[in-house]
Amino acid sequence: MLMAALRRLGQTVFVLFGISALVFTVFFATPGADPTARIAGKNASPQTMQKVRQEYGFDRPLPVQYAIMMKKLFITQDLASYADRGELVVPEITRAAPVTVSLVCGAAVIWVVLSIAMGTLAAALKGSWIDRTLMMLGLIGISIPVFWLGQVANLITQNRYHDTWLFSWVPALGYVPLTQNPWGWFKALVIPWVVLAVLFIGVYSRVLRADLVALSGEDFIRTARAKGLSPARILIRHGLRTAMVTFVSLFGMDFAQLVGGGALLTEVVFGLPGVGRLTYQALTNLDLPLIMATVMYSAVFVVLANAAVDMIYLLLDPRVRDAR
Amino acid sequence: MKTSATSSPILEVRDLYKTYRLPRRQELKAVDGVSFSVMPGEVLGVVGESGCGKSSLGRCLLRLAPATSGQIVFERGDITHLPERTLRPLRQRMQMVFQDSYASLNPRRRIGDLLAEPLKVHPDAKGRKRSSAEITTRLHELMELVSLPITALARYPHEFSGGQRQRINIARALALSPRLIIADEPVSALDVSVQAQIINLFADLQKQLGLTYIFVAHDLAVVRQISNRVAVMYLGRIVEIGDTDSVLHTPAHPYTAALTAAIPRPVTGLARPVPLQGDVPSPINRPSGCRFHTRCPYVQTRCKQEDPALHAIHPNGHEVACHFPL
Amino acid sequence: MPANMSSQALLDVRDLRVSFPARGQMIPIVDGVSFTLNHQEILGLVGESGSGKSVTALALMGLIDAAGVQVTGSVRFQGQELIGMPQKKLRYLRGKEIAMIFQDPMTAFTPVYTIGWQIDEQIRAHERVSRKQARTRTVKLLGDMGVPDPERTANRYPHQLSGGLRQRAMIAMALSCNPSLLIADEPTTALDVTVQAQILELIRSLRDTHHSSVLLITHDMGVVAETCDNTMVLYSGRVAEYGPTPALFASPSHPYTAGLLASIPPLDGPRPLRLPAIAGSPPLPQNRPAGCAFSPRCQYAHTACTIALPPYVQTGADHFAACVLPQEGKPLPPRLSDATAQEHFQP
Repeated sequence: MLMAALRRLGQTVFVLFGISALVFTVFFATPGADPTARIAGKNASPQTMQKVRQEYGFDRPLPVQYAIMMKKLFITQDLASYADRGELVVPEITRAAPVTVSLVCGAAVIWVVLSIAMGTLAAALKGSWIDRTLMMLGLIGISIPVFWLGQVANLITQNRYHDTWLFSWVPALGYVPLTQNPWGWFKALVIPWVVLAVLFIGVYSRVLRADLVALSGEDFIRTARAKGLSPARILIRHGLRTAMVTFVSLFGMDFAQLVGGGALLTEVVFGLPGVGRLTYQALTNLDLPLIMATVMYSAVFVVLANAAVDMIYLLLDPRVRDAR
Repeated sequence: MKTSATSSPILEVRDLYKTYRLPRRQELKAVDGVSFSVMPGEVLGVVGESGCGKSSLGRCLLRLAPATSGQIVFERGDITHLPERTLRPLRQRMQMVFQDSYASLNPRRRIGDLLAEPLKVHPDAKGRKRSSAEITTRLHELMELVSLPITALARYPHEFSGGQRQRINIARALALSPRLIIADEPVSALDVSVQAQIINLFADLQKQLGLTYIFVAHDLAVVRQISNRVAVMYLGRIVEIGDTDSVLHTPAHPYTAALTAAIPRPVTGLARPVPLQGDVPSPINRPSGCRFHTRCPYVQTRCKQEDPALHAIHPNGHEVACHFPL
Repeated sequence: MPANMSSQALLDVRDLRVSFPARGQMIPIVDGVSFTLNHQEILGLVGESGSGKSVTALALMGLIDAAGVQVTGSVRFQGQELIGMPQKKLRYLRGKEIAMIFQDPMTAFTPVYTIGWQIDEQIRAHERVSRKQARTRTVKLLGDMGVPDPERTANRYPHQLSGGLRQRAMIAMALSCNPSLLIADEPTTALDVTVQAQILELIRSLRDTHHSSVLLITHDMGVVAETCDNTMVLYSGRVAEYGPTPALFASPSHPYTAGLLASIPPLDGPRPLRLPAIAGSPPLPQNRPAGCAFSPRCQYAHTACTIALPPYVQTGADHFAACVLPQEGKPLPPRLSDATAQEHFQP
């Protein structure tokens, strides 16, 4: 067990090193692009240029530059954004992370519950009009672009019908911290949750239905029927439980990439100051330190989620447990 | 048949091991010290239950899996560690037939194309490339050998029954006129009535073309029908080997005896022997001493400590690995 | 028809027909199968792949519900008609009165639950007992089926057991509610020979220990000879021959049965130079020839065989065959008598 944990830790470090080295190379070591000028911003004075060059060691060899960057990011945590005139990037991410986590967790609850319900119902009623309707809804959910859906939601709830009884509760765009005002937090996020979840409900319900239908041809389902179990029990305790193995692995990766900044469009549309929006800003300003920091943050989450999925795998599938 | 070849074995296996590494530093000894030889024109049957290593042995012989240690000598040349390039011409003389007749045939290609492929790739005996007329003649010969109509060449694998597909697989194995055919459970997926046809076909071809077979199967009755000699394997090792009749009618190893007794015979009113207890132990943690001692009805103290070696018990070449042969 | 088709038969199947839709046609995979099974009888259902033996079993259990499949005829179990019985009512019989075991015990258990959990589940589906009571019974059943250390085994997952143990657990699960009928579909095909012998002995013993009647489905004539009281041979979805096992093996009345028995390589006695194989292969159900389905492969086939379905005639005590030969006064010669078979068998 300890060995497994250590091995996992080693893998994490290795992956983080790989990603950081790649990002560093792309942004800092590309020939012809002077990182000093980029970091110092437009029309910087020669003094500022000199200061930046020294601080980041741009006059020294590449490995040293990389080491300085990593030190500033992880150890001293004093890496500063230059586009934002000296804003430290690490605290900026720490401030943005709870927003993203709030958004993604809420959406995840919605999409997991709804997709399991829809997928299971569709599989149980395979071939009926309910099955076809649900799967068609799923397909629509997959095809709607999230930013468009977000804008439409805003248009309806913020503008056109805001003053009707139906949407008068909707607060202005933005985020309310959970610790300050839980009800406000909920009100601010509930529409973004739904908008973000729509795509995933579509994907997950369709995948789950396909899995369940495939499983219904398995020998063990036939055994369960021969045992005289009720169709509901067969579908849920035998089918759904077995299908959860694939479901969870899919969920882990999606969840991680969203927390890591993948909910960018939703955050931008709803004015939520999360990691995605931070990444978006960093990219539009070519704010190299901030790009570096957000990418690393995202990588950490993906690697952690991977580890979590593996752990859940162990819980869900006894065969995997023994193969270790 | 070359007369000089009859005096020396066509295939000789010396102390072959095949070990698979598993996680947690475990090892699976699939083949655990196997030695035997096969003379030209002989049919050696290899029988055993699951996990006995018979399939791994077949794969090692064909170099589909590298042997961990030991030697495989084919037509007096050591092929154990030959690089793939040098092995290729040898593969023409050593062919295989597998259990799953369908999986062995590319479903998208016509039978004629499937069979012509080896003929196009490999040069003929004089080292020349075969002309398309030569190939067509050969394909017709092959169809006749396996009793399929010429029209079969223009059809696809899924249009045939399991037995017919196995005939096609045999035709493909024969295309380059091999000397040795290694067949891994070639009839076990077939129905009994069809199985008999394919066994007959194997027997006919063997006589007609002077072939040598290593016939790997779990069904003792099938092996008895086709083989001159039989090797019985248990947990990676040959526990008994010798003339078919000698081994099956006067088994010297308790395992062989139990195996023959356990096979249900299509005759009623026979006294049923007491079945062997327990399952075949895992090849990962095989028992100490004699590997059969955990299930042997005649087990003694010595059996638990000392691993018996294969030794001759009869001048006709009947050998057994048992401290107390029956 | 068997003489003992009286109402006290446990299972009475009449003219069972299972048709699957294919290319706008209904193809009968099982085509008019009739038989009876008495209390504590072991009946063997033999046939090659595609003979309809497994479909017959699934139809008895009401487990065929693919779209468009037609099941007609009559299956009376303990006097109740099963064909057309609503699924909800069938469910109470399934697992409780009629239990089934399958060929591959590896895939027949749900991989994510322990063996014990799955047996408990079946008990609790049919009886109001506590988890603890169910487990006590599970452990006892596993022990009865010859599973060593049943308490620990109950807590293990299917993949952690050997094939033989899994099949024993499967049988334990099937017997958990004391069913009157056990349907065993190729229960030993996936097992090694030495383990097969153990499982067959277990199945034979169930008659005495659990008063079970067994419908044993297999392709192996050897398994039937060793295990069954009566034997029914299926060919291309139809009954070719039915009879008491000793009579059927000693003097098969249908050329298919005779051919099948002859084509098995013998383990004792002289080795034939060539096996007397049956030429060709069984027809696909959609290409079944008119008349006797076996006629294209039959060495005795003549005009009468290709015109109409052969009559199902009695050829001995409780022994029937679907063949024209007995009526034409040309019955098949007997195979080895039991006595000669004994002489050939020298252990």
